[in-house]
Amino acid sequence: MSALRGASSVPALAVADLRVEFDQRVVVDGLSFSVEVGETLALVGESGAGKTVTGLALLGLVDGGRVSGSIRVGGREVAGLDEAGWRGVRGSSVAMVFQDPMTSLDPVLTVGRQIADVVRVHERVGRRVAAARAVEALGLVGLPDPRRSARAYPHQLSGGMRQRVAVAMALACGPAVLVADEPTTALDVTIQAQVLDLLRDVQQQTGTALVLITHDLGVVAGWADRVLVVHDGREAESGLVDAVLGAPSHPYTQSLLAAVLA
Amino acid sequence: MIPSLATAGASARARPWAEAGRRFWANRLAVAGLAVVVLVAVVALFAPVVARHDPLAIDAALSRQGPSRAHWFGTDQLGRDVFSRVVWGARTSLAVGLGTALAATLVGMVVGLVAAWRGGRTDGVLMRLTDVFLAFPYLVAAIAVVTIAGRGTATVVLVLSLFGWMAIARIQRAAALVVRDAGYVQAARAAGVGGARIVLGHVLPNAVAPVLAVAATFVGTAILSESALSFLGVGITEPQPSWGLMISRGSSLLRTAPHVLLFPGGALLLTVMGFVLVGDGLQDALDPRARR
Repeated sequence: MSALRGASSVPALAVADLRVEFDQRVVVDGLSFSVEVGETLALVGESGAGKTVTGLALLGLVDGGRVSGSIRVGGREVAGLDEAGWRGVRGSSVAMVFQDPMTSLDPVLTVGRQIADVVRVHERVGRRVAAARAVEALGLVGLPDPRRSARAYPHQLSGGMRQRVAVAMALACGPAVLVADEPTTALDVTIQAQVLDLLRDVQQQTGTALVLITHDLGVVAGWADRVLVVHDGREAESGLVDAVLGAPSHPYTQSLLAAVLA
Repeated sequence: MIPSLATAGASARARPWAEAGRRFWANRLAVAGLAVVVLVAVVALFAPVVARHDPLAIDAALSRQGPSRAHWFGTDQLGRDVFSRVVWGARTSLAVGLGTALAATLVGMVVGLVAAWRGGRTDGVLMRLTDVFLAFPYLVAAIAVVTIAGRGTATVVLVLSLFGWMAIARIQRAAALVVRDAGYVQAARAAGVGGARIVLGHVLPNAVAPVLAVAATFVGTAILSESALSFLGVGITEPQPSWGLMISRGSSLLRTAPHVLLFPGGALLLTVMGFVLVGDGLQDALDPRARR
């Protein structure tokens, strides 16, 4: 880990002055942040603050909106890429885990097949190799008997298991940055901690930088290194988790904290 | 099944297509329809063996005879064996029905998928094109095409599929629109999967069920339309056996020799019903929630 961190002085992800507009309405207004290799940055804010759009912008997935600013992945500028260029970034450099694991897996394909498909999009490997990689990825996220799990259809798995599969799919091609958009909101409270622990474990094994989008300050306190509080598409406050949650300086952060404690 | 992973509610469910198959076989009407379809297909395939006479052999001495041991369905005006003509007519009907359904379904699926996936202007242009074809008087077009291309099975398939793909396109588009916004489509995009791969790998398999059901029914409708075209004289031509043509020629004999008309009519009714029942059964099996 520390060797990984020391090896690169370039942050895994560096975003500068990110703006997203939909029909004259500014949803993200000049956000700047960076995430080091192996680090977890939490994007916090209430619904509609622009967290999810920010996450989607990191993968060039903002449909019908105008995105400007700089997005550097491992030092390489990706903002302004065309669709073909973005396809090469998605999955292999920046990957995403979505909120609801009930809908983010295709019901007609086995989970192994879905992961193998992603591998084959990015790497010139045959079916067998891709299938083996899928089994490997399922083992990494802690599915019992990954070989058999690979042959399961999504509906045969519980919500927590499905979210593990979604994480495996996102990590299959070794992305430098993983964006997790409310990855535990749709799960039972007892499962939430398991999935977050899993994200931390795989992060420690792979050195992936994690952008954790959440509205849950408990999640921030337990699993993030640094936090960026977003309000109305702008940065309200940012810093180390202990510093920001311990002594919030911005009134918006204070009200968020008060809402949790109330 | 993977018992250690299965959740309680999911344990009874197998893979989605197998589940649909089980529901189809449990539907008696659908299975009856399938039996009729299989019977007609076998008869058409083995027409030279099943038919006991040459369907084209004319014998003026045998004109308009009723059913007998030698001629099970009797003979027509020209003394041709009606049973043999009904048997060979099954070939014409199936060729037209399956050919038309296949062509129209392929065109409709492509149009519907492209319209739904691309959206915006592409969607608008394709759907207006669909409206134009729907508004076109297809009998007039049929006569025009027949004038240019000449009559025959191929022309009938061309005309019927040219004016039959629109319903499929609309259904495919509607189904694909729902799937386009599904979480797994966005997840696939986020994983770097390209548009064509997403459409063929995720959108199509999840949006094909309603189209399959309609396509099966469409085979029956196309067979019926062939009969109508042949009846009106712009479809199949003599001496090729066609049920529609036989009904047309036999209609003047309704009082004196009704068997000339009734046997091909019965075969037509039975076959079309078979396909419609299979279509309904597929509809129910593939989407049990839409059941009324």
